[in-house]
Amino acid sequence: MKIVRTAQAGTLESQDVLITVQKGKPNTGLVIELDSPSAVQYGSKIQSEIETIVMEFKIEDVHIKAIDKGALGFTIKARTEVALKRACE
Amino acid sequence: MANKKTDFNFIKKTVEDVTKIRRTRLYIPGNNPAMIRNSPLFGADQIIFDLEDGVAVNQKDAARILVRNALKELDFGDTEVTVRINSVDTEFFEKDINEIIPAKPYAIVFPKAEDEKQLLDVCNQMGVVEEENNIPIGSIKVTPIIESAWGILRAENIAIACDRLVGISPGGEDLTADLGAIRTLEGEELLYIRSKLVLAARAAGIQVFDTVYTNIRDTEGLYNQTKRIVRMGFDGKACIHPCQIEPIHRAFMPSEREIERAERIVEAYTMAQKEGVGVICVDNRMIDVPVVKQSERILKRAEAAKKR
Repeated sequence: MKIVRTAQAGTLESQDVLITVQKGKPNTGLVIELDSPSAVQYGSKIQSEIETIVMEFKIEDVHIKAIDKGALGFTIKARTEVALKRACE
Repeated sequence: MANKKTDFNFIKKTVEDVTKIRRTRLYIPGNNPAMIRNSPLFGADQIIFDLEDGVAVNQKDAARILVRNALKELDFGDTEVTVRINSVDTEFFEKDINEIIPAKPYAIVFPKAEDEKQLLDVCNQMGVVEEENNIPIGSIKVTPIIESAWGILRAENIAIACDRLVGISPGGEDLTADLGAIRTLEGEELLYIRSKLVLAARAAGIQVFDTVYTNIRDTEGLYNQTKRIVRMGFDGKACIHPCQIEPIHRAFMPSEREIERAERIVEAYTMAQKEGVGVICVDNRMIDVPVVKQSERILKRAEAAKKR
């Protein structure tokens, strides 16, 4: 799939995450910019949840910004999937 | 009962499906992760994740995926989980069915039910998605909401449209508007509708749930209205805020006297069954099977009140 526009999903409310997806520069792969109060404990888990969804979309160069407000895995994955769908449509 | 495409190995509803205690059915907005995560903690008998009125049109996609993931990943304990999808006349209906059915909620809450054909079509469509996802056909149940005068006139046909149906309910706000009536605290504008739905549900052997009480601050009004619908024969009531759960459960709590009598009836009936006696009397009154069923319902409610 191809990213055709910048898109967002989620909110800045408690237990949610705001995901912004945009086209990455050529050959930069997946870049995740994470802003989370629990980045030290859960940063790598959040990143891997985002990565799992991006892999399913088979997108190569993508820049994802995630502003986390304490979201659980089911929310992180849902918001990433929706932001990607919105960006690719 | 017809299930056109799926008559072969259709999972029929069980006695548990139509007798389970469902005093409260709490709506949770489908796009709110915090509410979804905390939903089993509120103490409702059933949760309805809402993809319809509780979600803005431009967030339908987000809510659908969030609810799907929640169903797949979270543990809701013994709280029954259902999903209200968008009505069949919207562009969201098919997407809702396709994403939500594979996540296996207990039931789909189907809004704006109009007639038996529409219901049967929906049930068949659910069967197709179940089949595609290797889910036994008929596993996921349906509880339609009837929201128009036309739908109410067809209530008895809707109630037997498909073997997935385990309960029906009125949509108070839309119905009142469709009738050109005014919502009142006493609910006189819905009296006939409520009575008709109880009748239709009982004739079909399914449950019946009342509509929401929209004033979340008026817990006493909610309690009084719930007392009225309990007397009419309803099995439960929808609610829109966790603070509405306690007054509804309180209204469904049988009195000591009712419990004591129900225990004697069930005991006498069990003894009579054992001894092969046809007719039983309690308090000098003949007891028939419907009275025994009612007594069992009372005891189940009393049991549920101990837990929640």
